[in-house]
Amino acid sequence: MTDTGMETPLTKNIRDDRTPMTIDEYERAGGYQAVRKALSDMSPKDVQSLVKEANLKGRGGAGFNTGMKWGFVPMGDDAPQPKYLVANADEMEPGTFKDRLLMEGDPHSLIEGMICAAYAIGASVSYIFIRWAYHLSAGRLRKAIAEAYEKGYLGKNILGSGFNLDMYVHVSAGRYMCGEETGLLNAMEGKRATPRAKPPFPQASGLWGKPTIVQNVETLCNVQHIINNGADWFRGLSKTDDGGTKIYGVSGRVNRPGAWELPMGTTAREIIEEHAGGMKDGYRFRGMLPGGASTDFMIDEHLDVPMDYGEIMKIGSRLGTGTIIILDDRTCPVGMLENLEHFFAQESCGWCTPCRDGLPWTEKLLHAIEEGEGEPADLDRLEAHCTWLGPGNTFCALAPGAVEPLQSGLKYFRDDFERHIKDKKCPWR
Amino acid sequence: MPYVYIDGKKFEVADGQNMLQVALSLGFDLPYFCWHPAFGSVGACRQCAVMQYKDENDEKGKLAMACMVPATEGTRISIKARQAEEFRKSVIEWLMVNHPHDCPVCDEGGECHLQDMTVMTGHTYREFRFKKRTHRNQDLGPFINHEMNRCIACYRCVRFYHDFAGGDDLQAFAAHDHVYFGRYEDGPLESEFSGNLVEVCPTGVFTDKTLKQHYARKWDLQTAPSVCHQCSLGCNIIPGSRYDKVVRVLNRYNREVNGYFMCDRGRFGYEFVNSPDRITNALSRTDRSSDFEQVDDNAALDAARKSLGEAKGIAGIGSPRASLEANFALRELVGQDNFYSGDSERQKTLTDEVLTVLRNGPARSASLHDVEQADVVLILGEDLTNTAPMLDLAVRQAGMTKPAHNAKKIGVDHWHDAAVRELMQGERGPCFVATPTRTKLDKFSTRALRASAEDITRIGFAIAATLDDKAPAVAGLSDETLAFVEAAAEALREADRPVVISGTSLGSRHLIHAAANTAFALCKEGNAAELAFVLPETNSLGVSFLDAPSVDEAFEKITRGDIDTLVILENDLYRRIDRATVDSALNRCKRIIALDHIMTDTTGQADVVIPVAAFTEGDGTLVNNEGRAQRFYQVLSPGKAPEESWRRLLALAGANRRNGTTLDDICSQLFDTFPAFGDRLRIAPGARFRLVHQRIPRASHRYSGRTAMTAHINVHEPQPKTDPDSPLAFSMEGYHGKPPSSLIPFFWAPGWNSVQATAKYQAEVGGPLRGGDPGLRLIEPRPDAARSYFQPEPKTDSSGNKPSIVPMYHIYGSEELSSRAAALATRMPEPYIAIPSADRESHEVSEGDMLSLTIGNREFQAKAVVRDDLPTGTIGIPIGLGPFVGIDPNASVEIARGVTS
Amino acid sequence: MLSQEEKAEIDKELSHVPTKQAACLGALKIVQAHRDGWVTDEGLLDVAEYLDMSPDELDSVATFYNLIFRRPVGRHKIFICDSVSCWITGYKEILEHLHKQLGIRPGETTPDNKFTLLPIPCLGICDHAPAFIIDETTYVDLTPDKVEDILKEYD
Ligand SMILES: Cc1cc2nc3c(=O)[nH]c(=O)nc-3n(C[C@H](O)[C@H](O)[C@H](O)COP(=O)(O)O)c2cc1C
Ligand code: SF4
Ligand code: FES
Repeated sequence: MTDTGMETPLTKNIRDDRTPMTIDEYERAGGYQAVRKALSDMSPKDVQSLVKEANLKGRGGAGFNTGMKWGFVPMGDDAPQPKYLVANADEMEPGTFKDRLLMEGDPHSLIEGMICAAYAIGASVSYIFIRWAYHLSAGRLRKAIAEAYEKGYLGKNILGSGFNLDMYVHVSAGRYMCGEETGLLNAMEGKRATPRAKPPFPQASGLWGKPTIVQNVETLCNVQHIINNGADWFRGLSKTDDGGTKIYGVSGRVNRPGAWELPMGTTAREIIEEHAGGMKDGYRFRGMLPGGASTDFMIDEHLDVPMDYGEIMKIGSRLGTGTIIILDDRTCPVGMLENLEHFFAQESCGWCTPCRDGLPWTEKLLHAIEEGEGEPADLDRLEAHCTWLGPGNTFCALAPGAVEPLQSGLKYFRDDFERHIKDKKCPWR
Repeated sequence: MPYVYIDGKKFEVADGQNMLQVALSLGFDLPYFCWHPAFGSVGACRQCAVMQYKDENDEKGKLAMACMVPATEGTRISIKARQAEEFRKSVIEWLMVNHPHDCPVCDEGGECHLQDMTVMTGHTYREFRFKKRTHRNQDLGPFINHEMNRCIACYRCVRFYHDFAGGDDLQAFAAHDHVYFGRYEDGPLESEFSGNLVEVCPTGVFTDKTLKQHYARKWDLQTAPSVCHQCSLGCNIIPGSRYDKVVRVLNRYNREVNGYFMCDRGRFGYEFVNSPDRITNALSRTDRSSDFEQVDDNAALDAARKSLGEAKGIAGIGSPRASLEANFALRELVGQDNFYSGDSERQKTLTDEVLTVLRNGPARSASLHDVEQADVVLILGEDLTNTAPMLDLAVRQAGMTKPAHNAKKIGVDHWHDAAVRELMQGERGPCFVATPTRTKLDKFSTRALRASAEDITRIGFAIAATLDDKAPAVAGLSDETLAFVEAAAEALREADRPVVISGTSLGSRHLIHAAANTAFALCKEGNAAELAFVLPETNSLGVSFLDAPSVDEAFEKITRGDIDTLVILENDLYRRIDRATVDSALNRCKRIIALDHIMTDTTGQADVVIPVAAFTEGDGTLVNNEGRAQRFYQVLSPGKAPEESWRRLLALAGANRRNGTTLDDICSQLFDTFPAFGDRLRIAPGARFRLVHQRIPRASHRYSGRTAMTAHINVHEPQPKTDPDSPLAFSMEGYHGKPPSSLIPFFWAPGWNSVQATAKYQAEVGGPLRGGDPGLRLIEPRPDAARSYFQPEPKTDSSGNKPSIVPMYHIYGSEELSSRAAALATRMPEPYIAIPSADRESHEVSEGDMLSLTIGNREFQAKAVVRDDLPTGTIGIPIGLGPFVGIDPNASVEIARGVTS
Repeated sequence: MLSQEEKAEIDKELSHVPTKQAACLGALKIVQAHRDGWVTDEGLLDVAEYLDMSPDELDSVATFYNLIFRRPVGRHKIFICDSVSCWITGYKEILEHLHKQLGIRPGETTPDNKFTLLPIPCLGICDHAPAFIIDETTYVDLTPDKVEDILKEYD
């Protein structure tokens, strides 16, 4: 990785060509120390409190305090058994490729984070739910898991602590909904990946009806560092209130698309201009989705907002996965939105009405506008869809995510929409 | 009981409910699709959206799905809030995106929940201007028509069919707006409950194929409250007729009996009333070798009367498939001493035993609803799916009792359907099944055991003895059997509401005793255990109340020459007693007068055949297996079909009768004669009952057919017939409020044209009908009765090498009348003889061989099927199929060797 | 009938999970891999029987997912990312080029049964868009020229 001079706990082990460390190399680099420490010196509740204090927020998109989430898992002797931990490595959010970096480049880091997390919640079985396209990651993880078993970090009575943990790689059969944590549970159970109602939360009734924690890959990769270095250190990595570093990424017409570990709260301007090398020649920045396809557009005026959970929320978007998708001036925003809504409509699970039938309608409207067949009232209809598909109105967060880019697109690129309708054609064609 | 607020008003509501239930119970009109009172909430359709507020200061609120909001103390919602209304309108608009505009030709039209909800939300103007997606429809067999384009993806169909009823051949396929509900490949739906899809589907995806053949506007149907005649459970139904023809049967809600559902035999078996074999004219002949001649009704009655007058000795043979009134009228005609129950001696003994056990023992007879609530179920010897299908469905619900209780412990209410199922992961309450052959409930049960009738009996006795050491023990059980006994006893001992289910299908009186002992043993120390017995026919138990001798006794008298004239009421004796015996008895009779609605082998032997009403054409009372007396009413207008048997019999009695000839007349006599039937007016109001001086109309206000019906012949509107027997009117005029529950001819409420209107007739959705569910329980247990246990029979010596019969039942085919229904008949298996695979070699038989077999002294032929689930030393006989009628399960059976083809 | 090999692989999946059904997607993928890249009715029935599911239950799951193929496919599957980053950086061009070269549109298979072209959501390689995966090999930073060379590898 490029040396930024900053602390990069998540990526420090990752080589430029991403060939992963063997377990010996990993151990030599300080790996599995956190497992030793947690298992010998800390109670599960200690780990939970420490992580909570570190203010590690879920990196899968929702940004919920991880330690707090663990606190809802029933503990003690009469807690239902077995409990499960699942690493959410589905990463199907368009524009997102950060978890792949971690798994390809440093599989042991995920495994170590998972062992620590499993210990904290008393889970005895863990799965890495990985999307099918990540053949390379899956292979490397399998190999690393085998190594970890061999060294006694996994299996029965780990390091003589009495703690048992099995770990398996589960390859998804492909659906965006598999990334939604309850859809993921259904997928793992061999069912249709439709979401489950919450409550009851997976912490109480998850995989096979047992207490379960689903956590994003990047989230998990932080845990061992918190255990090793403490909550204060972790919070100190960040420029803002949300603890730690963050893997940010950029795709689109920039000079150096890629992903970098930076302090939480780095601005989009810094990320795009310094790390991604700025816009490609002949392309101008028009807007960006800050954290995957299901986040609201940010435009020029937002480039200096610190990219963290709280700050981006204030300007009406979400950090999401922290991987930026850039809209340039030679790309039609209506076309881009049509592409996005096509994705969401296709990936709707078909369970709830607004999402199943509302999103295809949205896509059809955008298609009509893009093809020069739009009508002025279509914009009202699009607005209405943005309202009615909002949070709480649909069964899960897919549809609310789907309308985030649309509602902000309608706000920031309204002229473009109107031109399409007035000229009866796409100005970019 | 928590207080909740709806649109600012405070209401006290029952515990453990959700806000949709609460709102509907309180009479609010809140639209919904995916929620169903019987299978709870999943929050998928988003139609029941309301605004929810944190407290009285919260003015903003948030949208929430009422079906997913627990009605806990202080819950505040608004149904009227503009935002909620707008959202609900949008939901309909989305649902209509792909819904076709085929309402004029849609089979659901007029009772479509989607139509109602569309109107209710006020979505009237379409803005979607793109192409609709289309689907291919499937051939789902003779019962259900499939029109997938109408689907609104509420998931109710799979939730009913798969989750609730345990069927595994209907599913949701694909994803996003391509979701498809159907089978993996075309073919008849395998579930015995598939017909309920017609009512469960809120639109016209799954519709009644038998109705489709006589398509009619739903509001043009003439309907009446009725009771299914196709097994002993007596599900409540609503047959609908148009142009003097019955065109369909719908479920009629009775929470204690069938609730929201019924089985396919009941729903589609009605078609026998339209069978070409119906007797529409009186028939007469001078001698039995000649053909019948159609005669005038009065001529037939005269001929019958004359025969009765000339008779040396008369026997009136009643029928367990006829109403109490019909049986009683026959008894009146021939006199108490000459009246026979219509059951064979063999069956009568069994039915009487059931009645005795339920009347004199401490265990209560279970209604279907009671079975649903049971937490542990023991089934001894009944293949419920085929002998009493709705009991199968009830047992499946009982399986959820315990898991739902466990879910409650982590705060998941039972209505939170998906969450309960996710938590329980297919775990079910204990259910033990011991039957001779495989049953569909095996897969569902905790433990299923294959055993002969005799061994099942011993199992029952052994369980009782394990539960109470005062109960007589049995020795010599195999290890497998012992394990079953112990597991069942342990579960039953722990149960709060155990139910023991058995019946007469295997023909064993000892089996009834065994079931009784188990239940009695469970009843000790004030614990309640319930008993459910399956009987063969719709009025088996009712006839038993009449306390008359069996057909066999009549036959004996015939043989002795004491009887030379028979009056046979709605009874095909050949289905009860072996052919040779019936033949010889009938041949000895000088005159045989048969009353029936359909030609049978017995009517074929008569001298005079008097046509009578089928159940849709007349009124009467039946007693179901629970001991519940229930009234059914005429659907077709008088004059369109023959009169009821009882009316015919009263006419036959003619001048001798001083009393009147209405249902009330015969009923009051019947009830006076048999005080066990209690107060007739508690079963249903008498004919003089009026609400606001008005009768209860058999057709809704929307009925358009009456004035136009004969417009091509006559512009005058025909005068509706008056009904002398009930407070129901053969017209759309009358009282349009809610009638007493036993008189509900249709469920219809303002704005609610589909079966979902049922909610408006309940005090609380999913609860009893207002004023109590229809029917009167005639049997109550004697909790304090000294428990006297039955003694087991000594183990018979099975070393003899004659095989024994295992009676095998088929939902389609074993019952007499439904086998004559056109669609249903296509689902009947071919007659067969089942050979245990273990005995295949010793019998030298292979699958498909034509086998010859003697049962008693009659020879039968059918193809062999080899079954691995039949106990060795037995032969399976499909009761009711083809020649296999009148079989005594205890008769000896022998394979005539060497008959192969 | 499942082959011994298929059974062994499915059994391994089964050893990771507490219920048979949980292995069903894995099993379908195994059968698909062993049998021409798609799940025939026969394959579906085999798996259903092995896992104690009804064919309807299994197909309900199978048809939900993107990666279980219930229709014939070519020997090689080209999974071309049609999501936003690839779309911005030239997905359409690549698609057009594939059409020119292979004569097939999305969802179609070449007449020689060599390739099936399947547009698929984001492959997680957005920093090297546009991209596609052929079978299990990932190709990134695609240009029409590059596509031509890549396809030659499959001659
Ligand atoms: C439609 C949808 C797709 C999602 N996909 C992913 C995903 O691919 N990876 C992920 O980690 N979280 C995804 N999430 C978020 C998860 O539901 C869940 O919040 C997350 O895995 C929790 O982990 P975290 O707390 O560590 O972020 C998705 C959410 C939705 C609504
Ligand atoms: S088929 Fe009917 S019941 Fe099933 S989901 Fe569709 S509309 Fe609902
Ligand atoms: S399926 Fe989740 S919001 Fe639609």
